[in-house]
Order: sequence, then structure tokens, then C-alpha cells
Amino acid sequence: MHDKKPETLVIEPWRDPTAKPYISLSHVTKRFGNFTAVNEVSLDVFRQELFCLLGGSGCGKSTLLRMLAGFEEPTSGQIFIDGQDMAGIPPYRRPVNMMFQSYALFPHMSVEDNVAFGLKQDATPRREIRERVAAMLALVKLSAFSRRKPHQLSGGQRQRVALARSLIKEPKLLLLDEPLGALDRKLRESTQYELMNLQDKLGVTFIVVTHDQEEAMMLASRIGVMNLGHIVQVGTPTEIYEFPTSRFVADFIGSVNMFAGQVTAEGSHFVRIAAPDAGCTIFIDHGVAAPPNAQLWVALRPEKINISREPPANPAENCTQGVVDGIAYMGDMSVFHVKLDTGRMVNVTRANLIRHAEDTLTWDDRVWLHWHPASGVVLTI
Amino acid sequence: MSRRVHPALWIWLAAGFAFLYVPIVSLIIFSFNESKLVTVWSGFSTRWYGALLQNDQILSAAGLSVRIGLISASLAVVLGTLVAVVLARFGMFRGRALLSGLATAPLVMPEVITGLSLLLLFVALEQAIGWPSGRSALTIIIAHTTFAMAYVAVVVQSRLTGMDPAIEEAAMDLGARPSKVFFVITLPLISPALVSGFLLAFTLSLDDLVLASFVSGPGATTLPMVIYSKVRLGLSPEINALATLMVAVVGAGVVIAGVILNRAEKARQRDEQMALAGDEAPPLR
Amino acid sequence: MMRPPPLPLGDRLASGAGLGGRLLVNLAPVRVALNLLARIPLSGRDCVIALPYLWLTLFFMLPFVIVLKISFADQLIAQPPYSALFDWATQGYLTIKLNLGNYLFLASDPLYLNAYLKSVQIAFISALICLFIAYPMAYALARADAAWRGVLLMLVVLPFWTSFLLRVYAWIGLLNNNGIINNLLMGLGIIDQPIVMMRTNFAVYLGIVYAYLPFMLLPLYSSLEKMDLTLLEAAEDLGCLPFKAFLTITLPLSLPGIVAGFSLVFIPSLGEFVIPDLLGGSETLMIGKVLWDEFFSNRAWPIASAVATAMLSLVLGIMVFQQWLEKRAEAGR
Repeated sequence: MHDKKPETLVIEPWRDPTAKPYISLSHVTKRFGNFTAVNEVSLDVFRQELFCLLGGSGCGKSTLLRMLAGFEEPTSGQIFIDGQDMAGIPPYRRPVNMMFQSYALFPHMSVEDNVAFGLKQDATPRREIRERVAAMLALVKLSAFSRRKPHQLSGGQRQRVALARSLIKEPKLLLLDEPLGALDRKLRESTQYELMNLQDKLGVTFIVVTHDQEEAMMLASRIGVMNLGHIVQVGTPTEIYEFPTSRFVADFIGSVNMFAGQVTAEGSHFVRIAAPDAGCTIFIDHGVAAPPNAQLWVALRPEKINISREPPANPAENCTQGVVDGIAYMGDMSVFHVKLDTGRMVNVTRANLIRHAEDTLTWDDRVWLHWHPASGVVLTI
Repeated sequence: MSRRVHPALWIWLAAGFAFLYVPIVSLIIFSFNESKLVTVWSGFSTRWYGALLQNDQILSAAGLSVRIGLISASLAVVLGTLVAVVLARFGMFRGRALLSGLATAPLVMPEVITGLSLLLLFVALEQAIGWPSGRSALTIIIAHTTFAMAYVAVVVQSRLTGMDPAIEEAAMDLGARPSKVFFVITLPLISPALVSGFLLAFTLSLDDLVLASFVSGPGATTLPMVIYSKVRLGLSPEINALATLMVAVVGAGVVIAGVILNRAEKARQRDEQMALAGDEAPPLR
Repeated sequence: MMRPPPLPLGDRLASGAGLGGRLLVNLAPVRVALNLLARIPLSGRDCVIALPYLWLTLFFMLPFVIVLKISFADQLIAQPPYSALFDWATQGYLTIKLNLGNYLFLASDPLYLNAYLKSVQIAFISALICLFIAYPMAYALARADAAWRGVLLMLVVLPFWTSFLLRVYAWIGLLNNNGIINNLLMGLGIIDQPIVMMRTNFAVYLGIVYAYLPFMLLPLYSSLEKMDLTLLEAAEDLGCLPFKAFLTITLPLSLPGIVAGFSLVFIPSLGEFVIPDLLGGSETLMIGKVLWDEFFSNRAWPIASAVATAMLSLVLGIMVFQQWLEKRAEAGR
């Protein structure tokens, strides 16, 4: 039955324990003097993944990228690409290309020459260079601009030249440092889709560094969240958002209401948590591996809390009261700042489903907040 | 962005420019003076230009100065660029601080000291190993190269540090070895600095009196040395004519360079505006 | 930046050698030499560092060592006119004769001390005058219309490129007793006796200020030009009068330019030779001219070397002081 392996690509190779990682980092540490930029990072990335390293500035994500490209050598630890140890291999011999945040286009060369540069280094026959460059420029829709110099291009065009230049050598791994950072908002959205389509079409493995969580959520097959040189969580966008494993990740991705509490009762299928700030007992419909009386936190996303003037059907659990203190109208939704009776401020969002609702909530309204037992995420760190 | 400026400041500025240019203008005016007296106007004449062109001493000194200037400026560009690249791109290495100090010291060192010390070196070397045998154009070239390479290093280094390091990294990332990166990417990008470094070094060499006086030998008299010896004897209308020619050449050069740079800058701005305005698809809605 | 793996020079020589080379490599002494060379990890990178290093050591640092050495030597009537410092005595051991006489002579003759102090005074006052003249000019330049600014800046830089010597020479024609200024004033009937200006300290000050004014102007201009003008608007918006805003905002922010300009004028004018020589008189004693005269007129090489050493220590002292100032300014930020 199992003598034939399926030809189709495994959709989520990281769930398959037998899958071989394509890029593998093992205990990689980088120190600059006394400062540890990257600390004991171990990470596996699989073929054709679009992996995002997400973190704030100075979290070590760019240093990690530069170590993959070969511009920095790890202080300790190993990096394997397609099974090959990268130690001591200079950037010009690595099967890796990079798209720089500043694009780093050669200002004295035309678009064509910029894109051809990588092939020329490998002594590729001139005819092949011409054909491949033309094909690549067609792919990024820049054929009409091949003779222009970088300063004669708009921001979006420069970005596409940089992308074409880094893809021309068909690298095993493409590193992208904030690929959309320099584009304005409108352009960024369309470029995101283009980038994903291109990756799909070419089948190159991408590692993208970004500080923009929306960008990461949209692009990535998996996200690695970095903080202070560590990778704190790796997972699909859904996992990262819905199942954060730490307060840092819960707080860093999206917005969240965090309540400190202690377990008062637990079973295999439920747990009750006393959260004095929340003004009620929080009921969670799954078990939690935490010792009783241990300090823990419940994270509640603003969109998972219902807000109404009327009390819910069962006001005993997961239900609290407060007064609307402020409203931020965002168009597609509104954010309500509710001051609970305990004095704690809570954010709740509600989609604006009706264009002109008669019965909208307004300032100083007394409201009930309640949520589903599955909504709260219990965190121990 | 301009801001209201008190009118008195404009008068001050004009007076300042007058101070800078009155001596030069007076030199030029009196170069066309009929009389040998340089300070009393006695009618228009170009006879001193004719006399200048007959003066073999000045002409041969000018020729020698130009030759020394070209050679030492070329050497200074090579050595100064090496210093700049080493200081800006090679990171930390043992002796970096010393090299940085050695490279900038000629900028602040009084010329009399540099000149004296180089002469004493040449004398000591000649005693010890017989080279250089006597002082000549060669010793002047060495002195000028040493002096000017510091200026070149400063100019090139500031250009290198102003460059986006990602551009060189990108070239390396695409498979170019460090030496290739330098010749194909770095060198073309710093070429404006190399040109201005060369011009600076050439001008410094052409202008130098003190170093040349110390290290030159009997056969090698540069133009500033001739001018100096003439000036010490008193005013000479031939020198005025010479000064006028030099100002004219330099002025024309600077104006032409200014116009070219200005045009290039304007073309560049136009390109950039066109790139921004014309090619981005207008937003929907 | 990535450090390329060092390729030993010897290896390269060995691998790059042709057939004849290969024959040579087999000769024992050559092989030993190449092996030795291969041991030294001399990469291309090291060669790039070594070349300017060698040049500067040979032609810039070594000369100062020799100056120091000769400043301890005796004056001789010979070619070269100084005694040897190191001497292999007949017994076969090295004797070193340090002669402090030159320095004692410098200290005992008031001429040298006066020249030393006078140089500092002239350079300092000239730099102050330059600052006074250049600051309003730089301010007006920095606030001028952008279209004009380029042309005006070009006019500031233009004299740089013309001969220094000729620009100083121009002042002789202006300042002489029968020079242009005196002729003009007498022609207008303002004076009936020429004012003596040539060969005075006044002429030296004038010459230095004239020659070094652009060195003061440019750093002042660049620090004033890059200043954020909204700072002044903010200050005025908060009720500050324009002149007070200048004193409390513009002036402190242009301090780096003032310091840079000041040292660019002060340091080179300390050792100035051409200006005091052509415009100054017997009363103008500047250390650069003293050195020149000792060397060329008196052929006193050891004394000239001692003067150079003293001058060098002055310049070094000023540079150390300047570095200290910069460090303090950085720490205060």
C-alpha cells in the first residue's frame, strides 16, 4: 500500500515528521562584541515554502538573513542549505540570492544590465543571458523599460527590477529583506499578490524578513516570530494569531485584552479561571496543563467579544459589564473602549454590518460583554 | 527654502565677495597695462603677454610643473584611493588607527616641516643606499604624491562612506568576487570622487612652493619657484599676465564643470519626476 | 564585509608559474623560499593594505624620525652639514651622542620663543577675524535663493583653484607705498602721504585672512545650510524674538562649523611661510619663516630640525586638544 510515494507536493511538510528540511539552522548564535543579535536559533524551512521572519527592529531578523546570505558568519551553530554546510562559504559562492531593502540596484547600469549581472558572473553564454533576461523582464512586466537606468524608474518598478535580478540565477533560496517596505500602501497590496504568484510559478523557496504583521500574515506559509534574538514561535498565520503560545506573541500580533488570573476549578475538558480584573470567572472549554493556583493569563481578541445593551442568555460566566468610554469609527468596523466596573479598560470591535443603524451604541451606554468558552487563550508565559 | 534675511547681510556678503575678488581683478586689469609700473595705469596693451610667451624660463618651468602635477596626481589618486578603500571597507585590522593617522596628518602638517623632513630623508637615503641620487623632479613628485594622497583619501573616503553598502553586497550576492566587485561596481560609482581628487591633487602640486623649494635640485625649477624668485625682486607685469591666464583657464574650467554638473542634475530630476508621474498606474476610483 | 580566504602569495606564485617556473620550483633553494613565502598568509587584501602603508611609512613617518635625529646632531661645515649621531667606535660598540645644544640654543635665544608665540597670536587673531567676516556671509549664503546659491558657492570656491602665491602677490600691488590703494587715496585727495602698509603686521593679518577666508566660509555654510529651518519657526511660534532665536538656536547648532572652520584657518596659518615672507616685515616673526631662514640662509640644518620638532609638538598639542574638544562635545550630546 505504501510502496508508492505520492507525487503531489505535501501541502504542509512541517507536519510530516519524515520530511527533510531544505534549509536548516541549528543553534545559530551571532554576537557583535557583547551584544547577542541572534541567540541559539534552530529552524527548519522546507522546499517551496514562503517563510516570514517577523519581529520589531533590532530583534535579530536581519542578522539571521545576512547569515543565510553569507555576509555574516555565525559565532556558533550551523547553517545547512539543501544538506550542504554553509560554514566558510563566501556570499559569491552560495546558492542563495537576496533582494535588499534598499533594492541596491547598480545605479550606473541599465535595467537589463542589472538583471544580467548575476549570469555574467557565471560566464553564461551571451545568447543565453539575453534570452533569460528578456524572459525574466517579461515575467515582471518590465520589458519596455530594459534600457532605462534605475533613477528613471518609479518605486514599484525598481522593486520589480530588484526582484528580477535576484531571481535570474534561479537560486535555491531567495532572501527578501522588507521587500515591500519602500512602497506606498496601495501599491503594496497588489505587489503582495504578484510576489505570491511569482513564488508559486517559479517554485523557489522564499525567506522574507518583515516588521509588518499584515504583510507576514498575507504572504507566509509559516511565520517565525522573533524577539531579542530568539525565535519565540513558529507556525502558520492562523496558529500564530489564534493559538499564540506566549503573551509576547499574543500581544505582538493584532491587539488583545490580557487578563491575569488563577485556576479555581479544572477538569479534563474545562477550566475555570478567576480573573479579578475581568469582573467575572472565565470559563474555557478545554483542559490546561497548569498547576492549580499558578499565575496565568487569558488573552481575548477584541473581535471575539460580543457587546450589547441587553444581558446575554447565560450571564453567569464569560460575561461582564461596563460603560462605553470611547468609540473609534474605522469604517469597516468600530472599536469600543469599554470601562469595566472593575475599572479595567477593554477593547471590543464590532463590524459595521448596517450602513445606518438606528440603534447604535454610543458614549456612556451601559453594556454587557460576553464571549464563547472557546475564545479565550490561556497563556502561562 | 529661503528665509527672510536682513538686507544688511546682503551688503556684508557683497563686501565679502569684493574682498575676495578685488585683488584678483586688479591683477587682471594691470596685466593689460602699457607701463612696466604695475600700479600706475598708462594705457591698454597686451605686450606683457607677448613677453611672457617669449620667456623661456617661465615656459619651461610651467611645462615641468604640469608634468610633475600630472604624474603626482595620478600616483596620489591610486594611493589615496587605496587608503580610502582600506579605511572605509576593510573593517578592523591591526594598525588601522596608525594608517588613518598617517593618511590625515599631511593635511594639518605645516608645509615647511613636511618639506624639511622629506629633504632630510632624501639626503639620508642617498648617503645610505645611493638612491635617490641628488634632488630632481623625482623627489618633487614623491613629495607631492605624499602630500596630495591625503586629500584624495579624504575625498574618496567620504564618497565611499556615503555609498549604500548594500550595492556592493548585492554584487557579491550575485556571484562577483571582491576584486571584481571593486572594479565593476565600486570604482564606477566613486569615479566622480576620483576625478575631483585628481583635480585637487593636480592643483595642489601646481601651486606648491614650499615643498618643491626644499626637495628640488638644481635642474628642477617649478613654476611657483620661478614666480617666487621674480616676486621677491619686485612687481613684474609678466607675472600679472601669467596670473590672468591661470585665472582664465581655471575660471573657464570651473564654469564649464558647473554648467555640465547643473545640466546633469536637472536632467536627473526631470527623469525622476517623469518616472514618478508617468509610469505608475493611476489609482482606481 | 566578508573577508576572503587568504590565498598565500607563495602558493599563487607556485601555481601561476609556467614550465620554466616549474623547473625553477624544483630547485631546492627556490622551493625553500617559496615554502617560506607560503607560510606568510599574505592575501590580496594584505597587499592592498601594505602598499599605502609602506609609502606613508617611508615618505612621511621615517622623515620625522630623521628630523628628530638631526635635531640632536652637531652643526658641521660639510656635506651634509651635520654630525653623525650613531658612531661605531673603534672598540666595536655603538656610541650615541645626544646633543641637546640645539634645543638649549632655541630656549636661550628670545628670537625663537618670540616667533613661536607670535605665530600662535597671529594665527589665532586671524582665525577670529575670519570667523567675524565669514559668519554673516555664510548665513546669507545659506539662506539665499537656491538658484543663486550654486553660483555664489562657485565664487567662494573659485579662488581655491587659482594660485595661492599669485593671490598673495596681488596684495603687494595693492598695499605698496606706490601701490593701487595709496595711489587711489592720494588721487582722491584723502591723504597726501602714502600710508605704510606693506611689510607690516597689518599686511600679514590681511594676507592670512584673505587667503584662508574660504576655509572658514565653507564649513560654516554647510552647518548653517543643513539646519532645519522649522526649528526657528517653532521658536518664533513659541514667542521667541528672531534675534534671540538666532542666539539660542542657530548659533549653538552651527558650533561644529565654527570649530571646524576655526581649526582649518588656525592650524595652517601657524606654519605659514609665503604670507609673512612676502607681506611681512622684520617685525613679523613667524616660526615657518624662521625655519626657512635657518635652513636656506644659514644652512643650519640641526637648528632647523630642532625648530621643526618644536613646531611639530605645537601642532600635535593643538590636534590632541581638538580631539579632546570633539570627544567632549560628543559625550555632551
